Amino acid sequence: MATSNPTPTEHRELLRLCTAGSVDDGKSTLIGRLLHDTDGVPDDQRGELGGPGSEPDWARLTDGLKAEREQGITIDVAYRHLGTSRRRFLIADAPGHEQYTRNMVTGASDADLALVLVDARHGLKPQGRRHLLLSALLQVPTILVAINKMDLVDHDPRVFARIRDEVAAFAARLGLEAPACVPLAARSGENVVHRSPRLAWHDGPTLLEHLESAPVGRRPTGAPWRFPVQGVQRDEAGGRQVMGSSRSGCVHVGDEVLALPSGRRSRVRAIETVNGATPQARPDEPLRLRLADELDLGRGELLVHPEEAPALTRDLEAHLVWFDQEPLKRGHPYLLKTPQLVERVESVELLDGVAVETASIVGIDGLAQNDIGRVRLRTHGPVFLDSYFENRRFGSFLLVDPVTHATAAAGLVSLSPEADAERSDDLQERFESFLHGLQADGLLASDAATTDWPERFLALGRELVTRRA
Amino acid sequence: MSTTPLIDRPFVLPITGSRPTTEPATVSRSHLDALEAEAIFLFREVVAEFERPVLLYSVGKDSSVLLRLAKKAFAPGRLPFPLLHVDTGFKHPEMLAFRDRIARSEGVELIVHRNEEAIASGVNPWESGCGACCAQLKTKALLDALTEGRFDAAFGGARRDEEKSRAKERVLSFRDRHGRWEPRNQRPELWSVFNTRIHPGESVRAFPLSNWTEADVWEYVDREDIPVAPLYFAARRPVVELDGRLLPATGAPPDHELPVLERRTRFRSLGCGPCTGVVESGASSLAELRAELQASRSSERAGRLIDHENDDAMERKKRDGYF
Ligand SMILES: Nc1nc2c(ncn2[C@@H]2O[C@H](COP(=O)(O)OP(=O)(O)O)[C@@H](O)[C@H]2O)c(=O)[nH]1
Repeated sequence: MATSNPTPTEHRELLRLCTAGSVDDGKSTLIGRLLHDTDGVPDDQRGELGGPGSEPDWARLTDGLKAEREQGITIDVAYRHLGTSRRRFLIADAPGHEQYTRNMVTGASDADLALVLVDARHGLKPQGRRHLLLSALLQVPTILVAINKMDLVDHDPRVFARIRDEVAAFAARLGLEAPACVPLAARSGENVVHRSPRLAWHDGPTLLEHLESAPVGRRPTGAPWRFPVQGVQRDEAGGRQVMGSSRSGCVHVGDEVLALPSGRRSRVRAIETVNGATPQARPDEPLRLRLADELDLGRGELLVHPEEAPALTRDLEAHLVWFDQEPLKRGHPYLLKTPQLVERVESVELLDGVAVETASIVGIDGLAQNDIGRVRLRTHGPVFLDSYFENRRFGSFLLVDPVTHATAAAGLVSLSPEADAERSDDLQERFESFLHGLQADGLLASDAATTDWPERFLALGRELVTRRA
Repeated sequence: MSTTPLIDRPFVLPITGSRPTTEPATVSRSHLDALEAEAIFLFREVVAEFERPVLLYSVGKDSSVLLRLAKKAFAPGRLPFPLLHVDTGFKHPEMLAFRDRIARSEGVELIVHRNEEAIASGVNPWESGCGACCAQLKTKALLDALTEGRFDAAFGGARRDEEKSRAKERVLSFRDRHGRWEPRNQRPELWSVFNTRIHPGESVRAFPLSNWTEADVWEYVDREDIPVAPLYFAARRPVVELDGRLLPATGAPPDHELPVLERRTRFRSLGCGPCTGVVESGASSLAELRAELQASRSSERAGRLIDHENDDAMERKKRDGYF
């Protein structure tokens, strides 16, 4: 049980969680209650709870911007902090109305846990199904369903069981394991932080116990090493150090390294974290790598292990979540920004759409704000990405409007058909088939002798890098 | 969504091939390491994607942590950008001494900018009120300094938990040609992939400490042994009592007849003398300070009068371009 006045021990993990729910399910009340019961609410904001005696308006704690308070809606994702003696929490609180999909996707993108709120009186409504679908689509590792307002259904275990089964059935239909459910009453704080006698029939953990035990930083099993170069620095001795953080996978001193798109190879001679040297490093640690060969590497290159190179492709299949108020414009020269580089998009072919309310795949003839569509993208130059569903940390991109600079959409790579066909081990063979592709598109002289292709490709790669610098 | 009736089948997760089971992270990572990594990644990304970055150094604890993170991001190299301090003329003298000492010891380029015109014309918080005074001595001064230096990215120590209107602030906050913040210009932030494209004259404010709390900042100061301004620690200081608040005597209106008291006090956050209260405290060491912080839960900005003028002072200040 969390002590109410936590004295922070040194080693506490940071769990990122996202919450969303339809209006009036009690999300703000739940977060306000969580903050309050774990002493996360500063004294000078306690006055916000509506003076003594009156029913505390927990929601008031979490609504921020003036414009929103006036219209009574929360427009954007708000971030809350919460700490107990065991864990630090970062809550991405997405509003529950029609600006829903893009804020929910933003909140879920980096989340370790998604908290789905359901009103016990109404069971799993379309909003709740939408929230489960988006958490699954964004591959949030842990999904937890909070069945709230149990006090309004006499804390009846049968109501809880029925909703839990509804959730399990819907999850199965999505191809998702059944998420854990927890019965609670946010307003009275039952089963949020403290247990409640009226919910004693539920022997599972309280909400906070779930949050304190959910795994943090789960990695796809055997995720390949992906290291986008952020920059290169010279040390005092003039040696080059490659700066960046691994998006996925681990790197060890002595590992063989392949740089894409340049195709050059080397070996890791030393790894420096910001807290000293290390023989190996895991994802998301800021590093400085020293390579055996002084490679002329720059931003825009990707370092991988040679045997785990991602597909070399200009055709991507992806789910786009449309963010911009401007809908998708055919033929507009969008830019695709991955963790590694920026590439021009030549065409966007609409395949089908995801109707989030009915959790079905439908035909679509356009993409507007908050829509999700499956598309085939063709890029000008090569793009290196995994499937989002195999490697959540290196399978996504932003679509940027080159004129307004707005972020038009967020993309999740499902698979690239060309990639599957090319999944042969021999890089040279794939290298040549890719060049044939460029030749077929007239980007490369068809009479080019095959022997000098690596150099020719190097020039193309360098031009790609300089155009972006 | 404009749909066509051609297709209608249930949506199933596009998991191709064997379902990717997940494995727990190999070694559990402390929250400070996670927050440090996120901040350092942002420093490197902004320096790579913008032409002329600058670090807004306000001498406070957040700026001290920001400076240490920046040094770690680019060590062993030199800091690839200068520090900018906006001096309002009402800063506590000890703050300025500490500022200069740090700039020398850290070997960084320090630019100090003051709105000399406004200071010369006698703008002060007692007559014009904190809000109007800030507009001149902080907001205008900052915007002028950023224009003069042609800076297109300014690192700041603002944190989302400092104050409610900041809970929605982005890590990269976009400002128009006049330095103003508009909600609709802010971009979604996913996967630490940042769309950094701006039109000429536009700029960004980058907040590496967005996800840090006050307790995280002090825990990091403790772990990394970061020097902070001595005003944070309790000492016997001349103070006056004004509207139920204790102010440093240097912050009292010039012609005041208030009795000057001697109290063992410390600053919870560093602002200008007249607008930043002090708290009675016995915390003269970092450990005592952290314990006191843990016990008292009034948010640090409560000590700053500007936030109390009305709820949305911070939001209005932000729209005008200050932080
Ligand atoms: N009876 C009861 N009412 C609740 C509970 N949780 C929230 N509410 C009420 O439901 C209404 C909507 O709550 P709010 O948190 O604003 O919902 P949100 O729109 O999802 O943020 C408010 O009147 C709350 O007091 C609960 O557990 N039991």
